[in-house]
Amino acid sequence: MEQRLSDPAADPHALQRSTLRGNAESIGFAIMVAALVVTPFFTYPLFLMQAMCFALFACAFNLLIGYVGLLSFGHALYFGWASYLSAYAAKAWGFTPELAILTGTATAALCGLVAGLLAIRRQGIYFAMITLALAQMMYFFALQAKFTGGEDGIQAVPRGHLFGVIDLRNEAAMYVVVLVIFLAGFLFIHRVVNSPFGEVLKAIRENETRAISLGYRTDRYKLIAFVLSATLAGVAGATKAIVLQLASLTDVNWPMSGEVVLMTLVGGLGTIFGPVVGSFVILVMQFKLAAMGEWVLVIQGVIFVACVLLFRRGVIGEIANWLRIRL
Amino acid sequence: MMSDDIILSTENLTKEFAGFTAVNGIDLKVRRGTIHALIGPNGAGKTTFFNLLSKFLSPTRGRIMFKGRDITAMAPADVARRGLVRSFQISAVFPHMSVLENVRIALQRSRGSSFDFWRSASALNRFNARAMQLIDDVGLTSFADCAAVELPYGRKRALEIATTLALEPEMLLLDEPTAGMGHEDIERIAQLIKRVAVERTVLMVEHNLSVVADLSDHITVLTRGQVLAEGDYAAVSNNADVREAYMGVGHD
Ligand SMILES: Nc1ncnc2c1ncn2[C@@H]1O[C@H](COP(=O)(O)OP(=O)(O)O)[C@@H](O)[C@H]1O
Ligand SMILES: [Mg+2]
Repeated sequence: MEQRLSDPAADPHALQRSTLRGNAESIGFAIMVAALVVTPFFTYPLFLMQAMCFALFACAFNLLIGYVGLLSFGHALYFGWASYLSAYAAKAWGFTPELAILTGTATAALCGLVAGLLAIRRQGIYFAMITLALAQMMYFFALQAKFTGGEDGIQAVPRGHLFGVIDLRNEAAMYVVVLVIFLAGFLFIHRVVNSPFGEVLKAIRENETRAISLGYRTDRYKLIAFVLSATLAGVAGATKAIVLQLASLTDVNWPMSGEVVLMTLVGGLGTIFGPVVGSFVILVMQFKLAAMGEWVLVIQGVIFVACVLLFRRGVIGEIANWLRIRL
Repeated sequence: MMSDDIILSTENLTKEFAGFTAVNGIDLKVRRGTIHALIGPNGAGKTTFFNLLSKFLSPTRGRIMFKGRDITAMAPADVARRGLVRSFQISAVFPHMSVLENVRIALQRSRGSSFDFWRSASALNRFNARAMQLIDDVGLTSFADCAAVELPYGRKRALEIATTLALEPEMLLLDEPTAGMGHEDIERIAQLIKRVAVERTVLMVEHNLSVVADLSDHITVLTRGQVLAEGDYAAVSNNADVREAYMGVGHD
């Protein structure tokens, strides 16, 4: 025991370990960027763009569950409503794609603020239930409202011209835009987690009572994290609407909320790369198994159970633990 | 000017749990700059009383005044911000953060930048020097980079005190700071409390009577949620009621 507690300054491996940590993240990031730059030459760019949108969605969700310890079971609300508003702004109002995405994002931020104010004081399962209830309420609203197009959704959304100049019907141009948005969102989340604010979030997750006794008004920090998470989920949903030229009920319904939980869990809660890997794994699986119809759901269920029982840390979490690094 | 001397007072402070009265009409006055000990058998209501003072529980009745202001309806974080900071009977640290990070969290709160989500965490390095001073004060210098969870119990308490002191509170509430500690640790913590109390007020629950005798200027004895006796160590230890209730020694 005393041995392990010896002066870290006298431990030559300690410094090495901490630089390795930083490096592991940089290397992981380089690999991710390289893969996203190279793969469109080998597979369907549309699939990759969709996957990046879901990856950003999962990263946004992970900001809340992985770094604050709050389980929102209604994140489809922000993804889906951002998707609707982005699609509607582009189609009905003729907004340029960047303004359409901003419109969708702002919608998600606003919904996040309202839902956050209602839910943030609740703990544990009550928090999850309130977020789910609010999301279901907004699902029924989407079902009834005229502008959402009901069962049809909003189809044939024009991709338009970025800044009124770059034609996004060009697949390469669209790909670059999505890649930039995804990477910006990813880096932003990384920064939030590794900021003075992120340090307080960590403290709240570790011991909220103690954080309060040190004078932290913890509800405010949780609310800000909630709104940031909803906003980023909105960026993902709004971008998705432009990419797939579609916003539909699928985006706001509860299975979407469940899917983002699954993606994050498979990749690794509270790891920075986990949600990205998790969403790619799930989407590739859905794509490959599409012919099997309903069986996909069964297989997803099995994966979910396997993760909970056997690989609690998820793919990235297990790797990081095995290599004793942070990813 | 007498009332200016009182930093904290309670009037008829009462807490009932589903019919059971854990704290029963306590009137307590703590003088500024003193070490005030709260003693009494297990279940006397000491921790509940601390929870009321720090607003982790709301009183059923009664009033709490701190620095001349009624804090009875204040939120716990705001009480801490006014300078009344507590420690916990079960040691409270941030387990998977290093000793340095634990102390920095407190410094960060009192010195700003807690909401900065767009800045790098390296902005917190400006607190390192002050944090290391505080860590040194409690004898944890060589543990600065250890995760708090790896510290032995006594050192965890020391870390908790360093974190509390980082807020430079005017008044500390310490709930059994030496409980579960070995002889050496008790001595170190007692010396530390003595040192920090020079410029602050301390209200502490303590079972170790030699620590109480050594440190406290004033003692309040609680039993069954009520004040049994008050005074300095000599007065309290010679009080017949106290001897009966606390030490099991009957009236002569
Ligand atoms: N949250 C609670 N609900 C019900 N009873 C409680 C609660 N907290 C404490 N008590 C009761 O109040 C009494 C005083 O407890 P406590 O304040 O912890 O005593 P002490 O710290 O003096 O040992 C005990 O009988 C305890 O069981
Ligand atoms: Mg107690």
